[in-house]
Amino acid sequence: MDIAVSDIERARSIPLDKIDVSAPDLYLRDAAHPYFARLRNEAPVHYCRESLYGPYWSVTKFNDIVEIDTNHKVFSSDASVGSFVLDDTTLNPVEGGIYLPNFLGMDPPKHDIHRQTVSPIVAPQNLANLEGLIRQRTRGVLDGLPVGVPFNWVDRVSIELTTMMLATLFDFPFDERRKLTRWSDVVTTRPGDGVVDSWEQRNQELYECAAYFQRLWAERAAAAPRPDLISMLAHSPAMRTMSPEEFLGTLALLIVGGNDTTRNSMSGGVLAHHLFPAEWSRVKADRALIPNMVSEIIRWQTPIAHMRRTALADFEFRGQHIRKGDKVVMWYLSGNRDDSVIDRPFDFVADRPRARHHLSFGFGIHRCLGNRLAELQLRILWEEVFERFSAIEVVGTPVRIPSNLVRGYADLPVVVHA
Amino acid sequence: MVKITYISHAGEARLVEAASGQSAMEAAVHHNIAGIDGDCGGVIACGTCHVHVDGTWTDRLAPPGEKERDMLAYIDNARPNSRLCCQIVLGEELDGLVLHLPIAQH
Ligand code: HEM
Ligand code: FES
Repeated sequence: MDIAVSDIERARSIPLDKIDVSAPDLYLRDAAHPYFARLRNEAPVHYCRESLYGPYWSVTKFNDIVEIDTNHKVFSSDASVGSFVLDDTTLNPVEGGIYLPNFLGMDPPKHDIHRQTVSPIVAPQNLANLEGLIRQRTRGVLDGLPVGVPFNWVDRVSIELTTMMLATLFDFPFDERRKLTRWSDVVTTRPGDGVVDSWEQRNQELYECAAYFQRLWAERAAAAPRPDLISMLAHSPAMRTMSPEEFLGTLALLIVGGNDTTRNSMSGGVLAHHLFPAEWSRVKADRALIPNMVSEIIRWQTPIAHMRRTALADFEFRGQHIRKGDKVVMWYLSGNRDDSVIDRPFDFVADRPRARHHLSFGFGIHRCLGNRLAELQLRILWEEVFERFSAIEVVGTPVRIPSNLVRGYADLPVVVHA
Repeated sequence: MVKITYISHAGEARLVEAASGQSAMEAAVHHNIAGIDGDCGGVIACGTCHVHVDGTWTDRLAPPGEKERDMLAYIDNARPNSRLCCQIVLGEELDGLVLHLPIAQH
């Protein structure tokens, strides 16, 4: 980690109650770690009085996060009382944002009905049918890379592969698939972060997304059922009657869920190998380690840095008094670096024992539905990478995204060697 | 020691000897039984230790608690004999237990 000395110093000396781990620039610089380390040690359940998003609690230790995540009766995801991300504007009509209701932002029983509709398409049995196609596309993308010349891995590989996958799941017009990439970025942004200039622009683009999918929906609803997500939604008795808002919200969940996360794991894995070079030769020599390495990449990267809940009742937790209505943030990024649960948590260890035991997919009733799909895509990517390349060299400073939610990269300059 | 048999979805049986007091999930992970993941480490938070309990063993196990029942509601391929095997604590009375693995954990 090349966290600036100033952050390490500041994290040590700043008064505890002034620590605000939500500040987006901490993520741009990947400098949140020392602040989290201090919170885990001195204030594992911590109240931040002032932030861009108002006051919020931070939960930073692994086991405490699991406890909050599995207590959905007290800690709600429901959009009617708050949101599942810290920033209320991302999914709710506050400030300039628009309402994007979806089942990650619902409590039971409604959540369960939606989840059960989407679950089969990303269940492992169904994914087995996709493996051949994913491998073929992965090979195509890797074979098209220039050897010995610098390029941006994020754009040429990570975005390309995850966007193709998403287009396949939706059976989205393949030539227009980069629209999906754009919409994914637009959902999780706010003006000032470099993606859109104004709320009007963001909303305009999201309405275009809605209109585009409305057309696909109408086509699929009129045709016989097919095994793509839009057709499944259009023919499901539970989802057929979704409001236009719910439709857009559900799309937003699937687009962001299926896109940014896997994309940033694809980039994060390359950076991890660059920083821990011994792991490359180890896995190249023993490909049976790849599935374990994939879990370790997902832990090490932690593509979703936090999920948030809203307390439905007063709750005593680790000696702190959480009040009804308070925002409670589970920092997966911090829990995944908690050395009381994970040995040498900052290291990337391809054959780490029990590598699946990480927080990146969340836990409890909202646990990631797409986890097996993400793992499958990453496994195939690395199998094909080791097949082709003797090394992937990172040749410049990675450019990170200034987000406390999506932990990832805009630019990762690399050179691949045959 | 408690003897326990895991039968894969393809029908392959593996007999393992587990220490009393372990859960059937821990025993499976310890013996590298493919098909039991146990991602959450046994705290009813992931549902990746799902099994179908064989025949009459279903009634001989302590019934699932509320949290386990809640979680089972989210499992693909759940049946009346479904359990999260991290909640099956092995004791001498379970010697000979037979568990069937689903096609995959999700
Ligand atoms: C490495 C890749 C991925 C990561 C790190 C990730 C992470 C997450 C997290 C943290 C949650 C919320 C868990 C909680 O609140 O406890 C979640 C939920 C979800 N994810 Fe993923 N995800 C990934 C890939 C995917 C993919 C590929 C898809 C779909 C195609 C997907 C679809 C979903 C859905 C639908 C939910 C909502 C589940 C519910 O509310 O019941 N995810 N994911
Ligand atoms: S191991 Fe997670 S529910 Fe059993």
